[in-house]
Amino acid sequence: MINNLNILLPEIFLTLSIFSILMIGVFVKNSFNLIFNLSSLIILLTIALILNGSNNVEKIFLESFTRDAFSNFFKILILVASLFVLNSSKNFIIDKKLAKFEYPIIILLSILGMFFMVSSNDIILFYLGLELQSLSLYILASIDRDNLKSSESGIKYFVLSALSSGLLLYGCSLLYGFSGSTNFDLIAGELGKDNTGAVFAMVFILVGLAFKVSAVPFHMWTPDVYEGAPTSITSYFAVVPKVAGLAVLIKFMFIPFSKILMEWQTIIIFISIASMILGAVAAIGQKNIKRLLAYSSIGHIGYALAGVATGVISGYESTIVYISIYVVMNLGAFSCLYLLKKDGEYKENISDLSGISKKHPILALSFLVILFSLAGIPPLGGFFAKFYVFTAVVEQKMYALAIIGLLTTVISAFYYLKIIKTIYFDDSIISFDNTKNKFAQFSIFISCSILLTFFLYPSVLSNVVDTLFLN
Amino acid sequence: MDFPILSTLIFLPLVSSLFIFLSRGQKNNNSAIYISLFSSLATLILSLFVWYSMDYASADFQFLEEQSWINDFIKFKLGIDGISILFIVLTTLITPICIISCINSVKDRVKEFLIAILILETFMIGVFCSLDLVVFYLFFEAGLIPMFLIIGVWGGPRRVYSAFKFFLFTLLGSVLMLVAIIAIYWITGTTDVTQIYEIKIPKEYQNLLWLAFFSSFAVKTPMWPVHTWLPDAHVEAPTAGSVILAAILLKMAGYGFLRFSLPMFPLASEYFTPLIFTLSIIAIIYTSLVALMQDDMKKLIAYSSVAHMGYVTLGIFTFTKQGIEGSIFQMISHGLISAALFLCVGVVYDRLHSRMISTYGGLVNYLPKYSFLFIVFALAGLGLPGTTGFLGEFLVLTGTFQKNYFVAMLATFGVVLGAAYMLWLTKRVIFGVTKNDQIKNLKDVNKSEMIMLGILALLVILFGFYPVPLMETLNVSVDNLINNYETDIKIISLN
Repeated sequence: MINNLNILLPEIFLTLSIFSILMIGVFVKNSFNLIFNLSSLIILLTIALILNGSNNVEKIFLESFTRDAFSNFFKILILVASLFVLNSSKNFIIDKKLAKFEYPIIILLSILGMFFMVSSNDIILFYLGLELQSLSLYILASIDRDNLKSSESGIKYFVLSALSSGLLLYGCSLLYGFSGSTNFDLIAGELGKDNTGAVFAMVFILVGLAFKVSAVPFHMWTPDVYEGAPTSITSYFAVVPKVAGLAVLIKFMFIPFSKILMEWQTIIIFISIASMILGAVAAIGQKNIKRLLAYSSIGHIGYALAGVATGVISGYESTIVYISIYVVMNLGAFSCLYLLKKDGEYKENISDLSGISKKHPILALSFLVILFSLAGIPPLGGFFAKFYVFTAVVEQKMYALAIIGLLTTVISAFYYLKIIKTIYFDDSIISFDNTKNKFAQFSIFISCSILLTFFLYPSVLSNVVDTLFLN
Repeated sequence: MDFPILSTLIFLPLVSSLFIFLSRGQKNNNSAIYISLFSSLATLILSLFVWYSMDYASADFQFLEEQSWINDFIKFKLGIDGISILFIVLTTLITPICIISCINSVKDRVKEFLIAILILETFMIGVFCSLDLVVFYLFFEAGLIPMFLIIGVWGGPRRVYSAFKFFLFTLLGSVLMLVAIIAIYWITGTTDVTQIYEIKIPKEYQNLLWLAFFSSFAVKTPMWPVHTWLPDAHVEAPTAGSVILAAILLKMAGYGFLRFSLPMFPLASEYFTPLIFTLSIIAIIYTSLVALMQDDMKKLIAYSSVAHMGYVTLGIFTFTKQGIEGSIFQMISHGLISAALFLCVGVVYDRLHSRMISTYGGLVNYLPKYSFLFIVFALAGLGLPGTTGFLGEFLVLTGTFQKNYFVAMLATFGVVLGAAYMLWLTKRVIFGVTKNDQIKNLKDVNKSEMIMLGILALLVILFGFYPVPLMETLNVSVDNLINNYETDIKIISLN
């Protein structure tokens, strides 16, 4: 038993630390800084614990919890992304007077929820993890509670997400009813082509998951929540829950639903194409950068799902590569937003970027790299992400999906170019304050250097990802 | 393994652009200009050395470099043959000339401009060196980024529209090529060009794949009817941008036809020859007529580029030795001549800030040296014997006559039209009555302009009279290309 607990060590450590810093927060006054730094430390220590642990497959608690390379990879991705999001947004949080000690604690709680999501091997554990994550996210969306837009986005997210969670739960109960088990492996053994009820269950679960990763047609909340929530929260929303949601989606398709591939494949293909098209077309008219990034993230989820739609391991791997590079790009993009500060106010409109290349050449260059990478232009990292996905898609002879996907990249290139046009071609209007947000600059630097040098050793990432499905 | 000379060639400009980037802090632009000039000259010398030391008698790819790259399945493979070395030398020759030209014409953000040019040079050399489809695609597409910025940041009044049109047209054409490249990987199991030559792509896939590649190359060439981005891009781009665009970027597509379309899809190439012939003839005649009606000098030269590239595609798809050699020669010659013509326009544009033909007239009285050079290039552009322009067109037409009399006749008619618009342009700009008083105060070409235009004029005339060095380099590679093409057709149609 004690040996088994080792497997759960990161989760146990995270839970205990959350409780202890919550206590510190309650009893020490003005403890935001302390709690914030402690949270970063906890994240670092958890990363260390995971790296120190083994990658061997272990299933505990009646095989409801799995620890394997797959879950460890996603946990580390989630932790690293959260670390960057938290630290690069620290100045923003303080400026916006959001510096409450609950802030980092709720983020840690949502991380804990995602840990259980990606490790779950049982629909009950999965659902509990998902709810813990979602509840934290509701609070985070409306954390700027005196701001009308933030509260609105919180409520909107809560109502819609609760609905989707309900559908998901209904799907889970159907799944239990038709397979007689809650365990992923056992369900996989029970499901077959003639099990129509299971197909219904799969559809409901897919709806819930598509909502969490904001894929079309369940994306409606995304632009409003992205715009309404404070930027620091938006960047968290754009990156971390998407990673977890996609991990769970892959897991569902890979284990319990592996035998009804024909049934879900069509749905995923539709969702993928719809997301790519909507992400490309709807973003064109946007004036707010956060709204634009929301639509762009919908499009990116579409590309990532194209990899899942192949239904083979190489496709899942390409999706994981895609989402990892997506994380890098979005962290960079949002870190740029923290530097757009003028007289204590953070600018969010594309027109505010007008001509910043003259006064802030380095910031403009970073934007350029990140935006071209988001558009998927070689030799930047974003191109390789798309390349892996479409290689997998074409391997399965899904030419239509590949061609539609690549044509939408051309459409979406248009709005990325529009931002670059604003930055480089237009006359400069305002110059931003010289912020001392060192960590945001650092994360932009990291993001850009990864994107720029990715072409030298593109296989580093995919070699790691290749090991995830060995078992 | 030997010294990786091709990688050095590719990445030398990139590294020097990094140096310029690091010296941003200085107010003075001189150091940046010296660094870029020095590095581009070094690249030129290195490329000349490669040209000198390669073996023309062998049709194999030389200076091969191989690195495992994307996982285990795609290699970063570089290598050159007699065809690619000419384009590499053209690139390395045009780049220092562009850098010299920007001393006079670029006033704003000079360092950034130089960085963009050098990065672009890296990508252009990369295109001509790559022997792997993915590597080729990488360089081919990457060139869009610096060119987009060059047009958009330093361009004329309608620069935003032109930059977007340029970028989106080219990208749209290229994504289909990417699908085709991935498809080729799954059909043959490799993206290594030399291996694909051996494996031979099955009949049933050839037509679709050829069309996918064609969609990209047709936009880039540019062929009628997808040429419309070119006049816009040329007109709005700064002088150096127009020069690079006309001299090198357009050649990537012609090179792509030779390196990929012809050897990889011989059956499809033959099948689609009528399509190419039709489009080329339309390009030659229609755009020549359009060029006649232009009142903007840059636009006129841009349309003449479309017409000249029409000869190139025509020549490539004759599959005759004369035709293909003529196309390559035409590409090199057009690279020199159109670059020079754009520079000529740039020279007067820097002084009067007008590209309109009506602004000028009677330049010969006040700018004798300039007028002489302009006339040399205009005559070369219309294909006067003794210049490179003549040889290219002549060879292409000889090749075409072997295939199709009617097409050859129409193409010859284009030569006449070419003479018409070029001579008329010369008449209106150089000769005639001086209506504009400002012209009387103009200064003739200065030292740096004289160097750029002089070098180009020398080369145009030298290779016009003595094309042997170019032809010798090409000879074996082109023979090999045609032989392989003919045997492939036999083998595949037997299957």
